[in-house]
Amino acid sequence: MSFINYSSREINCKLVYYGPGLCGKTTNLQYIYNKTRPEAKGKMISLATETERTLFFDFLPLSLGEIRGFKTRFHLYTVPGQVFYDASRKLILKGVDGVCFVADSQDARYDANIESLENLRINLQEQGYDLDKLPYVMQYNKRDLPNAMSIEELSAALNPTRVPEFEAVAPNGQGVFDTLKALAKQVLAELRKGT
Amino acid sequence: MNPLNPQLVMYEEEQKQIQAIAERLHQDSRARTILLIDKNGQLVAAAGDSAALDTTSLSSLVAGNVAATGGIAQLLREDEFTAQFHEGKGMSIHMSLVGRRIILVVLFDKNTTQGLVRLRVKKAQEELVPIFELLAKKATTQPSSPFGAEITDQDIDNLFND
Repeated sequence: MSFINYSSREINCKLVYYGPGLCGKTTNLQYIYNKTRPEAKGKMISLATETERTLFFDFLPLSLGEIRGFKTRFHLYTVPGQVFYDASRKLILKGVDGVCFVADSQDARYDANIESLENLRINLQEQGYDLDKLPYVMQYNKRDLPNAMSIEELSAALNPTRVPEFEAVAPNGQGVFDTLKALAKQVLAELRKGT
Repeated sequence: MNPLNPQLVMYEEEQKQIQAIAERLHQDSRARTILLIDKNGQLVAAAGDSAALDTTSLSSLVAGNVAATGGIAQLLREDEFTAQFHEGKGMSIHMSLVGRRIILVVLFDKNTTQGLVRLRVKKAQEELVPIFELLAKKATTQPSSPFGAEITDQDIDNLFND
């Protein structure tokens, strides 16, 4: 859950990028890091293996500016996508305010997407969350690849609840900030409700 | 409200009390820096020599470390490992839990000893626990929307207009 500090007038929220291995979660964060003004970002931390696979998490702190006198800060995390890192994924979901599911559009990764999404739902339930009640957006990444499935097929399989969805090519930034903005907006709107 | 992950809310009065305890711990333990971090990785308070530190990154990594240790505890059917200690050549770090939600971090060098740090940490923990319990109670009884209902979609949109 978010941390609201009335003393320093700050709101801190935690966003998590989830999805199957090699779907582009870390690439999303790297693009955001590279394109954000230095004063609005902190250091990006990647706890990765020697082959640059995420081992525990990536972390990127962002300051978006003020809203009604409160500084808004977002802490972006990715989870390790590989199936056997499930224990780590559960830990990173603790205290989450919003989730972005990054799907790999390639047809060969269809099953991996389904499995990861199911895993997200289960791991959230273990923490007492319901994915359908959380701020949540869907990103279809790798749209530039020739074996990418159609949006209609992906949407039907992965987004039955029709949350906001975005097409992306994370290395060149297409769709990356649109996805982040949509998620951040949902999180702030949720705070407005005073949940 | 998620019962497993209650909202953390900080108010001026409690912030002052917590800050005073952190400052006193800094003095009494002769440590370099005191940090109070919530388990989700947000920095709550800092005392001592923290200007040169990247406290945002530290907070996130400490929280990750404590979460991983908690995960190990569960696998071993331990309720929780309430403290951990990493010893370095120049700098050492002592991390301990305050209640269920907060991590107390002490960074120290050769100016002090682990024994003194542990002793002073224990005293500070006893003082901190009731304050965080009160904050947790306040968070459930008081409205937690920081901007009331008056925030508009335009306000939210404005954040992204650069």
